[in-house]
Amino acid sequence: MRPDIRRGKSPLATLITFNSGLGWGRIHIVDATSATAPPRSAPKPGRSLHRFANPGRFLRLSGAVLPWLAVPGLLLTVIGLTWGLLFAPADWQQGDAVRIMYIHVPAAWLASAGYFGLAVCSVLSLVWRHPLADLAAVEIGPVGAGFTALCLATGSLWGKPMWGAWWVWDARLTSVLVLFFLYLGHIALVRAFDEPERGYRAGAILALVGAVDLPIIKFSVDWWNTLHQPDSITLTGAPTMYIGMLWPLFVAALGYTLLFAAIVLARTRAAVMERRIRGLLMAQASREAAP
Amino acid sequence: MTHLIMAPWPMTHWPFIAASYALGVLVPLVFGIAAFTRMGSARRRLAAIDPRANRSGSAAARARATQDSAA
Repeated sequence: MRPDIRRGKSPLATLITFNSGLGWGRIHIVDATSATAPPRSAPKPGRSLHRFANPGRFLRLSGAVLPWLAVPGLLLTVIGLTWGLLFAPADWQQGDAVRIMYIHVPAAWLASAGYFGLAVCSVLSLVWRHPLADLAAVEIGPVGAGFTALCLATGSLWGKPMWGAWWVWDARLTSVLVLFFLYLGHIALVRAFDEPERGYRAGAILALVGAVDLPIIKFSVDWWNTLHQPDSITLTGAPTMYIGMLWPLFVAALGYTLLFAAIVLARTRAAVMERRIRGLLMAQASREAAP
Repeated sequence: MTHLIMAPWPMTHWPFIAASYALGVLVPLVFGIAAFTRMGSARRRLAAIDPRANRSGSAAARARATQDSAA
């Protein structure tokens, strides 16, 4: 083995590359005195994310962002729903029942987006042990379940006059129902352990396994012959919807999305503060118990 | 020209539409009120027991001042 020894930019850092016979290896030797120097390279993603794990910093940042989510979210939702209910045109086939779409479609989008957020938080929790990701995942669950229930209920209210049935075992409907049960399972699982960390880990694994349902929901209308109509809005093609219906739908979807984010952020802030309160009360109790 | 007819009324399928809009308003409203009430309650409890909150210029005091000004 003939090592290739190179000096790093710092005179105290040495990079040794060698071939051990099984493959190339690399050793980066840094002198202890240079370890205190600030790192030259950009911080890794996990490390930069941990800057937001500081509760004080998170509360400051989220406190500044929250009004910018809640107020426009509320305004856009009110505008979008009023526009959709009173001013958007009726459909030539569906009549006024098409107005249910202005609630159903944003709720369906947020049901999937919420679960995607849950899966991202689960990755952050399992890979980087990010403490805020655990709290955010716990708080996304009930809100996502609520919007999934809203999507199912409004879909059912649309299905009765249009299809003549409250429910059909269609691939799209069934996969969204599975998503609803995944949310419920996550809510139950994270609260099922005496030790919260075990619950967070189990919930994160469930959320990641359940994420396979998201592409099934998205492509169910393409993969199977479903009663549910295919997507009217896609990333790659032009929307197949009349522009007079598209704008109120876009406004309502944006408003609901901002509201969803505001609700999750407010719940996460409350959870961070409650954790701090528990810590302080326990410290106080242990001080009083000490002789 | 049916598609150019605007609401309001007479509206077809109005009970289904009314129920959908009631749910569409209620669900975010209930979640929103619950979240902001819980957050306000936690903030008040924390301010009452957090020793750092009483120190002027501390991170907790600054956070509280930011929250108060935002509210």
